[in-house]
Amino acid sequence: MNLHEYQGKSILKSFGVAIQEGVVVDKVEDAVAAAKKLTEETGTSWYVVKAQIHAGGRGKGTIEETGSHGVVLAKGIDQIEEKVNGILGGHLMTAQTNGKAKKVNKVLIAQDVYYPGESETSEFYMSVLLDREKGRNVIVYSTEGGMDIEHVAEHTPELIHKEFIDPRVGIQGFQARKIAFNLGLSGEAFKQMTKFVVALYNAYDGIDAAMFEINPVLKTSDNKIIAVDAKVTMDGNGLFRHPNYLAMRDKTEEDPTEVEADEAGLNFVKLDGNVACMVNGAGLAMATMDIIKLSGGNPANFLDVGGTANAERVEKAFHIILKDPNVKAILINIFGGIVRCDRVAQGVVDAYKNMGSIPVPIIVRLQGTNAVEAKRLIDESGLNVHSAVLLQEAADKVKEVLA
Amino acid sequence: MSVLVNKDSKVIVQGFTGSEGTFHAGQMIEYGTNVVGGVTPGKGGSNHLDRPVFNTVADAVTTTGADVSIIFVPPAFAADAIMEAANAGIKVIVCITEGIPVKDMIHAREYIKGFDCRLIGPNCPGIITAGEAKVGIMPGFVFKKGKIGIVSKSGTLTYEAADQVAKAGMGITTAIGIGGDPIIGTTTKEAVELLMNDPETEGIIMIGEIGGNLEAIAARWIKDNAKKPVVGFIAGETAPKGRTMGHAGAIVGGDDDTAEAKKRIMRECGIHVVDSPAHIGAKMAEVLGIKA
Repeated sequence: MNLHEYQGKSILKSFGVAIQEGVVVDKVEDAVAAAKKLTEETGTSWYVVKAQIHAGGRGKGTIEETGSHGVVLAKGIDQIEEKVNGILGGHLMTAQTNGKAKKVNKVLIAQDVYYPGESETSEFYMSVLLDREKGRNVIVYSTEGGMDIEHVAEHTPELIHKEFIDPRVGIQGFQARKIAFNLGLSGEAFKQMTKFVVALYNAYDGIDAAMFEINPVLKTSDNKIIAVDAKVTMDGNGLFRHPNYLAMRDKTEEDPTEVEADEAGLNFVKLDGNVACMVNGAGLAMATMDIIKLSGGNPANFLDVGGTANAERVEKAFHIILKDPNVKAILINIFGGIVRCDRVAQGVVDAYKNMGSIPVPIIVRLQGTNAVEAKRLIDESGLNVHSAVLLQEAADKVKEVLA
Repeated sequence: MSVLVNKDSKVIVQGFTGSEGTFHAGQMIEYGTNVVGGVTPGKGGSNHLDRPVFNTVADAVTTTGADVSIIFVPPAFAADAIMEAANAGIKVIVCITEGIPVKDMIHAREYIKGFDCRLIGPNCPGIITAGEAKVGIMPGFVFKKGKIGIVSKSGTLTYEAADQVAKAGMGITTAIGIGGDPIIGTTTKEAVELLMNDPETEGIIMIGEIGGNLEAIAARWIKDNAKKPVVGFIAGETAPKGRTMGHAGAIVGGDDDTAEAKKRIMRECGIHVVDSPAHIGAKMAEVLGIKA
């Protein structure tokens, strides 16, 4: 589960991390009042208007309807309405929205933190995430803030540093100091950075996050260290401990079919191919997608129906799959172990009959317990369903129906 | 010979009296696994499936001499169950539970380092040594006895591979389901190493998927240490970047996470990689010169 910038920042603040303050609005009418409130709280007279969507690259991205960028500066309260109007309700396309613009339902009106002062501002990169190989959390940081970190990693890997956290004791003072020194800081900014690092790690750890990325971390002209952005991904398995953060889920950011599948307890990912699949087990489901590709098609989805592939679940899965008009065939691939294949076959036949008709050919491959009986059930059903036993046979049938 | 579990293994079931524990313990007993008892806190002193129930793993170990445990405890309590097993002296801990928070697994993995034990999983189908012991949730009949070892992140894909092996005229020594989570107790390389050192195993099937670098690490080890052929498959060639595909660990982050990159490294290291999951068994037969 991903969070919006404004949500991530509110969590950071609750753990004592200094942030670029802001007020989120979902109506243009509220924008001026929000800006006034922000000025009262922070003294800012310029404002940054930031589109809230679950994708990066907003500053360089463009709102399709207005041509505005996704992050813009308003140099005074008189510009607020115009700037918010250019973003809110529009569709924002960025390098990270996979070629499809995302609707902006909320904007964050944030204080201007790049004000002039006694020293130059500088931007850093910092994130906390799991290092899978070491089985430990790691703080990744760099002096090259404010830009695409993957680009930095590729061209100047020596500018990216890592600090691993020992789970038995958590983050230690010497580690925070090392990070602040490596970022070239001294004096008050150094002190602020050590506090920032510890608070950021504690936020990550405290909310069961899978990733917490701050880009940029800003040293202001008056030597404060603040989070100007926040990208947060939660560990889905840890959410049961945090109903307050679970409530931050924004379903409008997700594919509606995926939301529906999720509510039906189906593990479903929408893809853009022409052959749908329905499989038991995640590994076999991925392998089935690969088989579809090798047979000349493209997978329309990932779908793990789990261990109980009964008529009700199969019917729900059919409904979800058939919402996609690009689907030209459906491949059902079940390896029956504990689940009996004949029961699954009966489920498919019943679901088919309940739905009246299904406009595309179905290939059912059932292997394992009672596979022979299952094949007979399918073959004798009189429905537009092809049966297969071996995985290769299923692949060949996909090729046949696509030809 | 075989690895990890055999007919002499004394197995206990944590979460014994729950619905999952009851069903799968029954299946394991039917397979012939030496299940000596189980643990459900608060139900110690009773009997379940004709076996004694204990309040703690320590009690179970003292009374039965158990050396293997299989865990069917719900996600919120599973990391605790793993640590309890290690603390009580269990040598092979198999955790089936799916959905354990990463934070809990970081701590459990660190904790058990202080004990002489091996964790398999979590989020895995378990281990089976064909004809001897099934410590897992796999359908036993699919695993015909033979000379091929399997290491896999996935459940049903393991069954698929075992079935293809049987249809190609071979069978299985031990199949190890290492699990699909970001943090697991036994890595691909460690499981392959166990099978490489098992004199009964003549060929190894290594099944991976997108995400992480366990397969690349295993491949490099195989390059330097292979004594027998390895056939490999990586699921998820068609998976999009940045999406979790069912298993919590199956997500492409960087370029090295892709199926393509993993298969390239595996090929460079001398592993017989198949692009189609339908060709796993046939490839192993071909490599070993076996005709079905």
